[in-house]
Amino acid sequence: MGASQSGPVHMFQDLAHKTGFSTEQIKNLHNRFMYLTQDEDTLRREHLENISNLALNPIRRQIIEAFFDKRNMGEKERGCLQEIGFEEFVTVLSFFRPPKPRTADEMKNIKKEKLRFLFNMHDTDNDGIITLDEYRHVVEELLSSYETIGAETAKAISDAAMLEVASVTVGQMGPGEFYEGITFEQFMQILKDVEIETKMNIHFWNLDTRTMQCGK
Amino acid sequence: MELQVFILVLGLLVGTSSPDMGTNHGKSPDSHDHGPQSQGNHTQSKKPFPVLSLGYDHVKLPFEISLWVLLASLMKLGFHLIPRLSSIVPESCLLIVVGLLVGGLMKLVGEIPPVLESKIFFLYLLPPIILDAGYFLPIRQFTENLGTILMFAVVGTLWNAFFVGGLLYGVCQLEGHRLVTVDLLSCLLFGSIISAVDPVAVLAVFEEIHINELLHILVFGESLLNDAVTVVLYHLFEEYSSVGSITFMDVFLGIVCFLVVSLGGIVVGAIYGILAAFTSRFTSHTRVIEPLFVFVYSYMAYLSAEVFHLSGIMALIACGAVMRPYVEANISHKSHTTIKYFLKMWSSVSDTLIFIFLGVSTVAGPHEWNWIFVMATLIFCLVARVLGVVGLTFVINKFRIVKLTSKDQFIIAYGGLRGAIAFSLVYLLKTEHFPMRNMFLTAIITVIFFTVFVQGMTIRPLVDLLAVKKKQETKRSINEEIHTQFLDHLLTGIEDICGHYGHHHWKDKLNRFNKKYVKKCLIAGERSKEPQLIAFYHKMEMKQAIELVESGGGAKLPSALPSTVSMQNIQPKKPPQDRALPQLSKAREEEIRKILRTNLQRTRQRLRSYNRHTLVADPYEDGWNELLIKRKKMMELEKKISQMNNYLTVPAPPPDSPTIARARLASDPQAWGLKSVTESIPTIKVDLASPQSPVVDEFSKKGSQPKASKEEEGGLTMKVPSPTKQRKDKTADEDNDKEPQQRLMRCLSDPGPTAEEEDEDEAFLP
Repeated sequence: MGASQSGPVHMFQDLAHKTGFSTEQIKNLHNRFMYLTQDEDTLRREHLENISNLALNPIRRQIIEAFFDKRNMGEKERGCLQEIGFEEFVTVLSFFRPPKPRTADEMKNIKKEKLRFLFNMHDTDNDGIITLDEYRHVVEELLSSYETIGAETAKAISDAAMLEVASVTVGQMGPGEFYEGITFEQFMQILKDVEIETKMNIHFWNLDTRTMQCGK
Repeated sequence: MELQVFILVLGLLVGTSSPDMGTNHGKSPDSHDHGPQSQGNHTQSKKPFPVLSLGYDHVKLPFEISLWVLLASLMKLGFHLIPRLSSIVPESCLLIVVGLLVGGLMKLVGEIPPVLESKIFFLYLLPPIILDAGYFLPIRQFTENLGTILMFAVVGTLWNAFFVGGLLYGVCQLEGHRLVTVDLLSCLLFGSIISAVDPVAVLAVFEEIHINELLHILVFGESLLNDAVTVVLYHLFEEYSSVGSITFMDVFLGIVCFLVVSLGGIVVGAIYGILAAFTSRFTSHTRVIEPLFVFVYSYMAYLSAEVFHLSGIMALIACGAVMRPYVEANISHKSHTTIKYFLKMWSSVSDTLIFIFLGVSTVAGPHEWNWIFVMATLIFCLVARVLGVVGLTFVINKFRIVKLTSKDQFIIAYGGLRGAIAFSLVYLLKTEHFPMRNMFLTAIITVIFFTVFVQGMTIRPLVDLLAVKKKQETKRSINEEIHTQFLDHLLTGIEDICGHYGHHHWKDKLNRFNKKYVKKCLIAGERSKEPQLIAFYHKMEMKQAIELVESGGGAKLPSALPSTVSMQNIQPKKPPQDRALPQLSKAREEEIRKILRTNLQRTRQRLRSYNRHTLVADPYEDGWNELLIKRKKMMELEKKISQMNNYLTVPAPPPDSPTIARARLASDPQAWGLKSVTESIPTIKVDLASPQSPVVDEFSKKGSQPKASKEEEGGLTMKVPSPTKQRKDKTADEDNDKEPQQRLMRCLSDPGPTAEEEDEDEAFLP
C-alpha cells in the first residue's frame, strides 16, 4: 500500500519539478485528468471532445490537436500521437503557466516558447511555415461561429493579414518573387507587441475538485 | 508678436468681465429698457427716440459665462504659442497661475472675484470630463485590472481617510489652543475629502506624459471608482458630526450605503446606456441628432443618479461604457466623429475652467492659515498614499499574473493627485456646523497646489529618469487582432479542458450572451451579426480609404512601409511539373475565349456590387463614392499607360503557329509573373508523353492566370487600397486587368490554348 501510494506522489514531484507546477497543482490536474479519461490511463481525442463547453469553441479542433502534437512535447520529431498520458497532458498545460518574475532573457525565452506553441497550432502540416492556406484556415475557424460570413470574407482578411506580414517582415519583394509563408522568426516579429508572456496564461491556483465535478 | 496681441486681448477681457458670475445665477432681470421708457413717454414729455442704448443687465449672465469660456480657451491657445513652455510645465499648473493672476487683478480693481461654486462645478463642469473618460474607457484593460483598481479605490481610499483623519485629530489634540476644538468626526470628514484621488487632475497630468496603458488605467480607474467611497464617507461624517458620535450601527449602515451607492450608480448608468443604444438603432433616417442622444442620455444618467445621492460619476462611466459598442455600430461615421470631437472639446473647456477657477478661488476664498494643521495635512497625505500603495501592492501581487514592480508602485503613489472635487466638497460645508471650515479650505488648497504643481511638474522628468514604459503608439494591425481573438478562444478552451471557471470562461459566456440576445435588440440591421474581426477589418479599410482621400489619392502616395510586396507575391505557386498541355480544338478555344470575356465582365460587376454591399451602412459617405470613382479613373489611366508601355516592350504577336507563340511567351517572364493558385484546375488530363510537355510551364501559368486574377480580384474587392497597398494593389490590379486584356489580345491573334478559369464546375475537357 505504501509503495503504491508513494509511486504516484513521487511521479507528481518529478512532474512538478519538470514543468514548474506545484505539487498541489499537479495533484489537482491529475484528478482532472482522471475525470476526463474516466479513470483510464491515457487520454484520447474523444475524451476532450466530450467536454460540452469546448464544443462551443470555434477553434476546438486546433486546441485538441495541440494536445496530441509531438512538437509540443519537447521532442524533435513531428507528427501526432493518438493518445497521451498524464505527463504529456501536464506538459502541454505548462505552456499556460504564468511565469514567475525572472530576468529579461528568461522572459524572452518563455515568450519564445509560448509563441512556438501558437505557431505549431497554426502550422498544421509541420513544415515550419504558415502558408496562406493554413492562415486562411485559421481565420475561417475564427469566423466559423458566425454563419452569415462567407468564405470570401475570410479569404480577404487572411490575404490582407498575410500581405501585412510580408510587408513588415520582408519589405522588398520583386513582382516575380514568391512569399512562401510565415516563418517562426517572422511570426515572432509581428506578434512582438502583443505581450504573449503576460496574456497567454491561466490561473492554475483556482483548480478545485468540487468545481471540477460540476464543471464538465 | 502673437503673444503681445494675445496679452492685450487678455487684459481687455479681464477688465470687462464682471464678478458676479459665481453667486448670481438665479433669476436674470427680465426688465427691458424699453419698458420704463415707453411708459415714460405717456406720462412725461416725449424724449427723442433712442437710436443706440445700453442694456447690459439682461445679457449679463450669458455674457459673463461666454467671457470666461473665451478667456479659458485663449489661455489654452496662448500656452502652446510659447515655445517649450508646455513641455516643461503641465497645462494645469499654468492655468492655476492664470487664475491666480486674474483673481489678483480683480481684487486690485476692487471687485470680488467669483468662487468656484460647488453647484456649477458638480452639475456643469464635471460631467463632460467624466463622460469623455467613460465613453473612451479602454474596456479590455479596465476589466482585466478591475480587481486591482477596486482594491486601490476602495481599500486605499478608506485607509487614506482614516489614517489622515486620525493622525490629524491626534495632532490637533496635541497642539492645543486653537486646534483642540476640532473634533474627531470633523477630522475624519476632512480626511475622507482629501484622500480621494481626483480624476480631473489625474487626466490633466497623465495625458501629457503618455505613460503605458497599465499604469494609466490603474491610477485613472482608481480616481473614478473612489467616488462612491468618497460620497458615502462624506455623507456619513457630515450627518453625524453634528451629533458628535458614531455607533457600530451607523458604520454597518455606511457599508450598506456604499454598496447601494456604487451598484445603484452603475445600474442607473447601465439602464440609460441601454436606452441610448436602443434609440440609436432607429436613427438611420435622422443622422443629424445622433450625437445628441448620446450626450443627453448620459447627462440624464448623471442627474438621475445625483437625485438619489448615488454615485453620479459611476453612473456616467457605466452609461458611456455600456452604450458605446452598440451606438458605434449604429451611427454614421460622421456622427461618430462629431461625438468624439464634442466630448473632447467640452471636457477640454471644462478642465480649463476648473483650473482657472481654482486659481481665482484661492485669491478670493476666505482663508485661515494655520501652519501646523496645513503642514501636518500635507505630510500625512503623502505618507498615507505611499504606505497605502506599497501595502496594497504587496497583497495584490499575490493575485496578479503581471506583478507591479516598485517602479510601477512609485508612479501610482506619485500620481495620486488631488483636485477640484476635494475643493468643492469642502466648499459645500457650512460654517455653522464646521467652524474650522476656512482652515480646511486653506489646507485643501495647499495640498492641491502641492500635488498639482510639485508632483505634476516633476512626474514627467521622473518618468523619463526611471525609464517607465511609455504608451506604444503603434496602430493595431490585423494580425494582432486575429491573434488576440485566437488567444481568447484558446485560453477559454484550455480553461474548459482544465475544468476551471476562470476569467476567460465568464468573458466568453458574456460574449456569447451578448451576441445571441443583446446585439440583436440593440444594433440595427445586418450589423448585428457582424463578428468583431470583420468590424475591425472594415474600420481599418475605412481608415485607409480616408487616408487615401486625404492625401490626394493617386499613385504618388508616400508609403508608410516601403515595401514592394503585393498580392502576387503571396499567392502560392503551383508546382509546374504536374500538369501537361492537352490538345484543344478550335471550337473549344472559341468557347474558352467567350467564357473569358463574360467572366471578366462578371468580375467587374461583382467588384462594384461587392463594394456596395460592404458599405451598406452608409449611403451618406460621400467621400467613399468619390473615392471609388477616383480609383476607377486612376485604374483606367494606369491601364492605358501600361498598355502603351506594353506595346513598346511586347509587340502584338502576329498570328503565327502556337509553338512559336508559346516560345515567345516563355521568354517573357514579366507578363507571366503571376502565380497560379492552389485550387486545382479539375479536369486537365496529364499527358506526360506529349511532345508539348516543354510548354507545360506556361500552360499551367497561363491556365491558372485567369483564376489567379479572379482570386486576386475577389480578394481585392474587400481591400480599399492603403497607402502601401495602394501602389501594389494598383500594380496587381492593373496587372490583372492587363492580363486578361493581353490574353484576350493574344487569344485573338494567337490561338494558344488557355484554360478554364472561373467556374470550376464547368467542365473544361470532356
